[in-house]
Amino acid sequence: MQSQTVDPAKAELNYHHTMEAAHHEEHPDFRLFGLIMFLVAEGMIFMGLFGAYLAFRSTLPAWPPEGTPELELLLPGVNTINLIASSFVIHNADAAIKKNNLRGMQIWFGITAVMGIVFLVGQLYEYYHLEFGLNTNLFASAFFVLTGFHGLHVTIGVLAILAVLWRSLKPGHYSSEKHFGIEAAEIYWHFVDVIWIILFGLLYIL
Amino acid sequence: MTQAQVQEKANIPAEIEEPGIRKWWEYFTFNTDHKVIGIQYLVSTFIFYCIGGVMADLVRTELRTPEVDFVTPEVYNSLFTLHATIMIFLWIVPAGAGFTNYVLPLMIGAKDMAFPRLNALAFWIIPPAGLMLIASLVVGDAPDAGWTSYPPLSLVTGQVGEGIWIMSVLLLGTSSILGAINFIVTLLKMRAPGIGFHQLPLFCWAAFATSALVLLSTPVLAAGLILLAFDLLAGTTFFNPTGGGDPVVYQHMFWFYSHPAVYIMILPFFGVISEVIPVHSRKPIFGYKAIAYSSLAISFLGLIVWAHHMFTSGIPGWLRMFFMITTMIIAVPTGIKIFSWLGTLWGGKLHLERPALLFAIGFVGTFVIGGISGVMLAAVPFDIHVHDTYFVVAHLHYVLFGGSVLGIYAAFYHWFPKMTGRMLNEFWGQVHFAFTIIGLNMTFLPMHKLGMMGMNRRIAQYDPQFTFLNEICTYGSYILAVSTFPFIINVIWSWMYGPKAGNNPWNALTLEWMTASPPAFENFDKPPVLATGPYDYGLENAREGVPLSDAEPILSAGTNSVLRANPDEPYPAIAAETDER
Repeated sequence: MQSQTVDPAKAELNYHHTMEAAHHEEHPDFRLFGLIMFLVAEGMIFMGLFGAYLAFRSTLPAWPPEGTPELELLLPGVNTINLIASSFVIHNADAAIKKNNLRGMQIWFGITAVMGIVFLVGQLYEYYHLEFGLNTNLFASAFFVLTGFHGLHVTIGVLAILAVLWRSLKPGHYSSEKHFGIEAAEIYWHFVDVIWIILFGLLYIL
Repeated sequence: MTQAQVQEKANIPAEIEEPGIRKWWEYFTFNTDHKVIGIQYLVSTFIFYCIGGVMADLVRTELRTPEVDFVTPEVYNSLFTLHATIMIFLWIVPAGAGFTNYVLPLMIGAKDMAFPRLNALAFWIIPPAGLMLIASLVVGDAPDAGWTSYPPLSLVTGQVGEGIWIMSVLLLGTSSILGAINFIVTLLKMRAPGIGFHQLPLFCWAAFATSALVLLSTPVLAAGLILLAFDLLAGTTFFNPTGGGDPVVYQHMFWFYSHPAVYIMILPFFGVISEVIPVHSRKPIFGYKAIAYSSLAISFLGLIVWAHHMFTSGIPGWLRMFFMITTMIIAVPTGIKIFSWLGTLWGGKLHLERPALLFAIGFVGTFVIGGISGVMLAAVPFDIHVHDTYFVVAHLHYVLFGGSVLGIYAAFYHWFPKMTGRMLNEFWGQVHFAFTIIGLNMTFLPMHKLGMMGMNRRIAQYDPQFTFLNEICTYGSYILAVSTFPFIINVIWSWMYGPKAGNNPWNALTLEWMTASPPAFENFDKPPVLATGPYDYGLENAREGVPLSDAEPILSAGTNSVLRANPDEPYPAIAAETDER
C-alpha cells in the first residue's frame, strides 16, 4: 500500500495554528464558522416565532381580529428602507478596513450605528402612537412580541457596533489582516436586516 | 520546528508540563480546559441525577398504595414534574455533553475545543439553573404541570414555580446550544492532519448528529417558552383559548424540540456503545459507515416526527398518518445500529468481566424492548388506546433509563481510566450492573401491563386492582436507588486508591488512548498521526491492540482509512508522537 506522505512542517503548522498566539486565542476561521452556527440557532428562534404567528393566523377566522386599528405603513416603511440602506452602509466599513482604511471604517460604522438608533427610535415612536396595547388581542400580542424581539436584536447589534468602534480607537487593534470583530458585527447586522424584511412582510403586508 | 521551539513559541507555563496533575479544588474553579469542564459536567449532572432519583423514589413510595397517604397531591405533582425536568435537562442531556466535552477533542487529536471560554460558559450556566429549579420547592410554589407544561393547566397553577421552570429550561437550552456550536466547529475545523470523516470514531459522528439536532430544535422550544412566559407574566393569550389563543400551537413548538430531545439524549450513547463494544470484544465494528450515516438519518427523521405526541390533540387525520409513517421509519436506522452491534459482538472475544461491556450489552437489550414499544406507540389506534397511561411511562423509561443511563454508565466505566489514570474495581462494577438491571426491569416492566390495564400516568391515587403491580414497581425503584451506592463508592475509592491504569488499559485504537492518563494540559505534544482505522481489532496480531511504546512513530497521512508504516507489517500501529513520560 502506498501511503501518501504529508510535509511534516506543513502538518505541524496546521496543527499549531494557535501556537503563534496564546493557546486560548481563537482562530478567525473558527470564529466565523461559530458565528454562522450561532446565527442558525438565532434564525431557528425567529422561525419558531414566525411559525407560531402563522399558526395563530390560520386558526382564527378573521385576521387581524375585528376591531384592530389599521397599521400605519409610512413610518415602518421608512424604517425598513433605513435598515436595508444600513446594510449597504456597513458593507463599506468592511471594504474600508480591508484596504487598511481605519478612519473610513470608523465613519461607516458610525453612520450604521446612527441609522440603527434611528430605527429603534422610529419603532418606539410607532409603539407610542399605536391604538392597541400588548393585551388587546392575539394580533396585537404577536405584533409586540415579534417586533419587540427583533428590536432587542437591533439593540444588541448597535451595542456590538459601538463596542467595535470603541475598540478601534486603540491604535493597531484592527488592520486589514485582523478585523474579525468588524466582520462579525457586519454579518450580525445583515442577519438582523434579513429577519426584519421577513417580519415586515408577515406583519404589515401579508 | 523542534519541540523546544514550539513550546517556547506557545509560551506554555512550566507547571503544566507535569502531565495530568490536578488538585481536587481546581474542579470547582473556572477553567477552560475541556477535560476539566467535562468532569465538571459529569460530576454536577450526577449530583442532579441523585436528586432526581430521590424524587422518583418519593413518587414511587406514594404509589405503593392506592390511597394518597405519603405526600399531598400538590407535592406529588411537583415531585413528578421536577423529577422529569431534572432527569432530562440536568442529567441525561448535559451528561452527554460532558462526555463529548472530555472525549471529542482527544478523539480528533485536537488540543482543546474551538472556543474554550464559550465552553466554560456553557457549563457554568447549568448549576445556577438547576439550583434555581430545585429551590422552587423551597418557595412553596414548585412547578406542577408536568415536564411538558401544557398551557391551559400551566397558566392556572402556581405562577412563581412555572416562571422559574420556564427561566431554568431557557437557560439550560442556551447552555446546550452553546455546547453544540462548540462541538460542531471543533469537529469540522480542528481534526489533526490525516483524519477525514471516515477516520473518525463513531462517537464523533454521533456527537455531530446530536449537535445538529440541538442547533435546529432547541431554539424553537425557546420561542415557545418565550410566548408561554408572556402568557404567564404579561397576560397575553397566545396559548389561552379564552383570548382566542391556541394551546395546540404550544404543543407543536414544545414537541418540535422535545421529540428530537429524545434523540439528543440517546444519540451520544449510541456513539458510546459503538466505542465500547468493539474495544471490549476485540473485533472491528461491523458496518462502520452504516452506523455513521444512520446517526445522521436518525437526526433528520427525528426532526419530522414530533406530532406523534399529539395523536389525541385533535390534529387532522392525514397529519396523523404522516407522523405515524415517519415515526415508524425511524426504526430502520435504529435497527441498523442494533444489528451492527450484534454483528460486532458475534464471534468476538468478549471481556464479560468488564462492567463497560456488561452495561453496553444491557443497553442493547433494554433499548430493543423500549424501541419495540416505541413502534407500537407509533401506531395511531394503539397510541389512542394507551395514551397517557403507564405504557408510555414504561416505554420512555426503557429508552431513557435502559438506554441513556446504561450508556452513561458504560461510558463511565470505559473512560474512567483515561479521566483519572486509575482503574475502577471490576467486582463492584459487576454488582452495580446486576442491581441496575434487576431494579430497572422490576420497576419498568410491570408498567407495560399497568398501562394496558388502563392505569393513568401522573395520578397519586388509583384503582386498588393495580396495587400488586405497583408494589413491584416501587420495590424495584428502591433496588435502583441502592444500585447507585456501589458505583459512587467505587468511583470515589478508585479515584483515590485504585491501581494505576497506564495510557491504554483496554488496548484500544482510538486516539484518546494514545496520550497520557489523565491527559496533559494540551492533550498531545505533537499532532497525532493515524496509522490505522479506529476499529481495526480483527486484523491479525491486533487482537490485543498495540501498546504505545511498541508503535513505530511515523508521520504519514492520506486519503486511505488504514495507513501503515509498512504494508508487510501486520501491526496496525498508531503513532502519537508523545514524549516518554
